[in-house]
Amino acid sequence: MMLAALIALIVSMCLLLIRALMGPTLYDRVLAVNSFGTKTVLLIGLMGFVMGRSDFLDIAILYTLINFVSTIAVLKFFRYRSFQVPLARRGESRAEAPVTGGEPNA
Amino acid sequence: MSSEVMGEASLSIIGVLLLCLLFVMGVAIARLRNLFAIVILSGIYSLVCAAWYILVDAVDVGFTEAAVGAGMSTVVLLGAILLTSRTAKPERRLARLGPFAVCVAAGALLIYATADLPAVGDAGSPANAGVGLTYLKINWADTGVPNVVTSVLASYRGFDTLGETVVVFIAGLAVVLLLGFGERALGETLRKRKKEDETP
Repeated sequence: MMLAALIALIVSMCLLLIRALMGPTLYDRVLAVNSFGTKTVLLIGLMGFVMGRSDFLDIAILYTLINFVSTIAVLKFFRYRSFQVPLARRGESRAEAPVTGGEPNA
Repeated sequence: MSSEVMGEASLSIIGVLLLCLLFVMGVAIARLRNLFAIVILSGIYSLVCAAWYILVDAVDVGFTEAAVGAGMSTVVLLGAILLTSRTAKPERRLARLGPFAVCVAAGALLIYATADLPAVGDAGSPANAGVGLTYLKINWADTGVPNVVTSVLASYRGFDTLGETVVVFIAGLAVVLLLGFGERALGETLRKRKKEDETP
């Protein structure tokens, strides 16, 4: 039972890896990484269940947080081509934010 | 009993499968030319590494790998891509020989060095004598953490680790304040001041 669940997770990880390798666009790859992080979280949770260590769930939660933050960072990078742009700026609507390329602060 | 054996077997199968994934990813990272894809794949590599560390009960190492490898270094590498091009240059065949020779030499030296190491589980080795033995004896009753290294790091030397974390955090904070992200960055402020000076 456990083995079946673990194997299923590994198979889905392989599929995501293929998507990350072949992915024609960047967004395919970002999505693959994000889903891969989710699969890792699930795998750690399941391993904790198999090994009888319920404290693995805390680690799984930390992985979820890291996965979320790094996905936001990568997507922000793709949107602005820079990390130097705050996500929310006072006194400026989002429509005015630069969409592609260039120096956002210039 | 049989379910325990099944659990053990499934865990070792998972370990092998994770290592196979790591191998495939390592080869792919070495072959790819698209730098974005390489950064993204190295993030996945770190995640699988962290999962494998947890599988072999090195929880603290897995923690660090997930935070630094999957989180921080992906962001830092993406920042580095800003300063360079999006794809790597195609290599010349002969240029590969130098790095290959360095890798082989370093690997041979490391394998040569392992001959001096004590065997796994050697009772007479320095790690298993003295304070290590004491930790092995009292660890389970004290903390209930199966991995002695983790319990020493996070429990017996908890304050030490906390102090290290605070120091690293302050150093990172100082770097962010100096180099900075966003409008609070020192460089941005200086640039703005210069612009204000130039325009009367």
